Amino acid sequence: LLLILIASISRATNPPLTFTGTEIEEQVFIADTHCMNVSAGPTQKMNLFQSVTSALDNTLAGDPTAVIFGEDVAFGGVFRCTVGLRDKYGKDRVFNTPLCEQGIVGFGIGAAAAGATAIAEIQFADYIYPAFDQIVNEAAKYRYRSGNMFDCGKLTIRAPWGCVGHGSIYHSQCPEAFFTHCPGIKIVVPRGPVQAKGLLLSCIADQNPCIFFEPKILYRAAVEQVPTEAYQIPLSQAEVLQEGSDLTLVAWGTQVHVLKEVAAMAQEKLGVSCELIDLRTILPWDTETVCKSVVKTGRLLISHEAPVTGGFAAEISSTVQEECFLNLEAPISRVCGYDTPFPHIFEPFYIPDKWKCFEAVKRMINY
Amino acid sequence: MTTLPEILDRFNQNASAAKFRGRAVWDFHRQEQTRDTHALDVKMAAARGVKKLYGIGLHAIRQNASLKATTFLQQRAFRVNGALRQQPFDSSAEKPQFPGASAEFIDHLEFIQPNVISGIPVYRVMDRQGQIINPSEDPKLSKEMVLNFYQKMTLLNTMDRILYESQRQGRISFYMTNYGEEGTHIGSAAALEPTDLVFGQYREAGVLMYRGFPLDLFMAQCYANADDLGKGRQMPVHYGCKDLNFVTISSPLATQLPQAAGAAYAVKRENSNRVVVCYFGEGAASEGDAHAGFNFSATLECPLIFFCRNNGYAISTPTNEQYRGDGIAARGPGYGLMSIRVDGNDVFAVYNATKEARRRAVAENQPFLIEAMTYRIGHHSTSDDSSAYRSVDEVNYWDKQDHPISRLRHYMTARDWWGEDEEKAWRKQSRKLVMEAFERAERRLKPNPELLFTDVYDEMIPPIAKQRDAMWRHIQQYKEHYPLDLYEK
Repeated sequence: LLLILIASISRATNPPLTFTGTEIEEQVFIADTHCMNVSAGPTQKMNLFQSVTSALDNTLAGDPTAVIFGEDVAFGGVFRCTVGLRDKYGKDRVFNTPLCEQGIVGFGIGAAAAGATAIAEIQFADYIYPAFDQIVNEAAKYRYRSGNMFDCGKLTIRAPWGCVGHGSIYHSQCPEAFFTHCPGIKIVVPRGPVQAKGLLLSCIADQNPCIFFEPKILYRAAVEQVPTEAYQIPLSQAEVLQEGSDLTLVAWGTQVHVLKEVAAMAQEKLGVSCELIDLRTILPWDTETVCKSVVKTGRLLISHEAPVTGGFAAEISSTVQEECFLNLEAPISRVCGYDTPFPHIFEPFYIPDKWKCFEAVKRMINY
Repeated sequence: MTTLPEILDRFNQNASAAKFRGRAVWDFHRQEQTRDTHALDVKMAAARGVKKLYGIGLHAIRQNASLKATTFLQQRAFRVNGALRQQPFDSSAEKPQFPGASAEFIDHLEFIQPNVISGIPVYRVMDRQGQIINPSEDPKLSKEMVLNFYQKMTLLNTMDRILYESQRQGRISFYMTNYGEEGTHIGSAAALEPTDLVFGQYREAGVLMYRGFPLDLFMAQCYANADDLGKGRQMPVHYGCKDLNFVTISSPLATQLPQAAGAAYAVKRENSNRVVVCYFGEGAASEGDAHAGFNFSATLECPLIFFCRNNGYAISTPTNEQYRGDGIAARGPGYGLMSIRVDGNDVFAVYNATKEARRRAVAENQPFLIEAMTYRIGHHSTSDDSSAYRSVDEVNYWDKQDHPISRLRHYMTARDWWGEDEEKAWRKQSRKLVMEAFERAERRLKPNPELLFTDVYDEMIPPIAKQRDAMWRHIQQYKEHYPLDLYEK
């Protein structure tokens, strides 16, 4: 893990790169301009990890019960999301735990059940599995099984998520699909700093246990003007980033930016008008916005890094064909990771890059 | 008898270190000095040496019961977390400087032998005939309180008999009895405050009964009828009660241990003078969550009592297949937990240990581990027939010769607080109470099937609402195939 941290720091000044063929192409993050109306008030230039820090800062300032814990959060965290918070709010509120994910989540459930706003950090989403029992069997079912006498709604779990260029099998995973099969929790993935802060604050305020996956490749690369005050972006509401008439593109997290480029390529090279949707909340997901779009366009492409079999695109695809069958002009397309573990040196071939998505768009238009 | 913490004291004491260099820490057999006198020496040296020591040394010292609590609390204030705990690095010193352990060097190879033959002793107050052994340990509880203990234990026993039978007759789907472990429930529950938060495993119904959970609600949960506080969602014996601070039971084992640590941490920050108690069996203690719970509670300094019911079996698995060390209590010091082993069938021993653990857990913000040795007289559950893996003679021994209820009865009869007439009258009355509750529960309807769909989230969400509506439409169409008459409308 320390090696990854050092490598990440050394890349501080360089934006992340995607490699295709013999060219090195930059995957450029373009700040959202249209979502700037999330909150009035002063803004500050922040990258994604700083926007997370800002959200946590606002939370600790406003909620005396709030505590942040996990591995290495005390010194600031391996991705610097908690820098300065321990000094500002105290050792009893921002503290390290032993190296034990099942303990971190179990501890968080208990603290939340006892009335504290508990924000647990799992160092990498790849390591969330030891906590699977606590999340699925305990957190998700706490309220239901107790007849609403007890709940752990004050629990939020945060974890760095997704490919980062060199993360390989155990520093690149997107495990959301394992958890979407679990009623009782919420799963949220932001695409940038402004979204991250608002969605994280909504997760913290939400009275259900939430898992907030933070695209680690965007921690430094994504920079926006983020409101310094607290604000919330509603959960279970997808966002239409770009309206279009021919084809609906759905993604979440980093992949939204890939599809943004694909939409531009489709317009320029094929004259195809794409409607781009950021799902934002994976569970419970906004079926209405997606179905409404597909009714209009008749074509749907869903893209995620996680392996295609059993990935969340399968759920979206299944629901859309149920609801919009007669509106479909072409089969629903999923451009996802292959059914292999996330490879190291083969990452450029593995990821659902813009060329694969563009090719899928072409096939759908010509169906 | 010297406790392990006191032995650890010696190794961290500069003054006494020379005498013990080269000795195996864990070898209880080879203590040559008189334990009592040396313990006193150690304590005095500890008091003198306290200002010079940092880190783990202080950690061991604070476990020494005879030093003043105020001294501990002052030291505690400095040792909140992390870096301050490590001893200051001094390269000129001969002592090891590793951040990970505070110890002396040893120059010959010697393995520490795990000791299971004469391990941690079992604290008891009464002998098997209910006679007080050491009068200064008798908590001298009032007659009223002791009678209440007895009545709660026997009422639990009666409820167990009737509900076990009712499962056999197909009236409820499942049941777990508490036979033989009533002392662990009542003794510990009595030592707590009503506001203390309880996390259980599944064999602690007596704790809830002691706190005043009515028979009707026990029955309602087992019958999953419309009075069930849990809204009929869980199997029998998965009780919970917010008003009585008893967190709803769940089937996965040991998940409650790290949760209890988190709850205790939250309670500590509230400064509310409450403790969290976490019950579990010796089998559940093998789960990874148990390790997590112990470790987190110690490192994060939580006011928490871990109460292990070591009843000899995890379903059919005896303890010698569950662990090879000296039970659960011996693991405590490995995590930095104050630990004790008690006779779980001695309700006063359980009471005393829990009372003292509670007092110190709250005062010192540290976790305690109590291993209550007992025996599971009944089957694991109604799905188990324990004659398949243990002898009737073994079970009879515990039922007849070392039962928490009979031991307490002997204590009471010796003081003329109870006799044949009272016993007869109470048996009749307790049975009547249980039967009446039983009959009421039998007649009650089940909850409205709407409750299948609520409380998944704090509020109803559209996809679930859609599924609920679809279910009702389906039921309307096929109503003759669904037992709607048994459920509330």
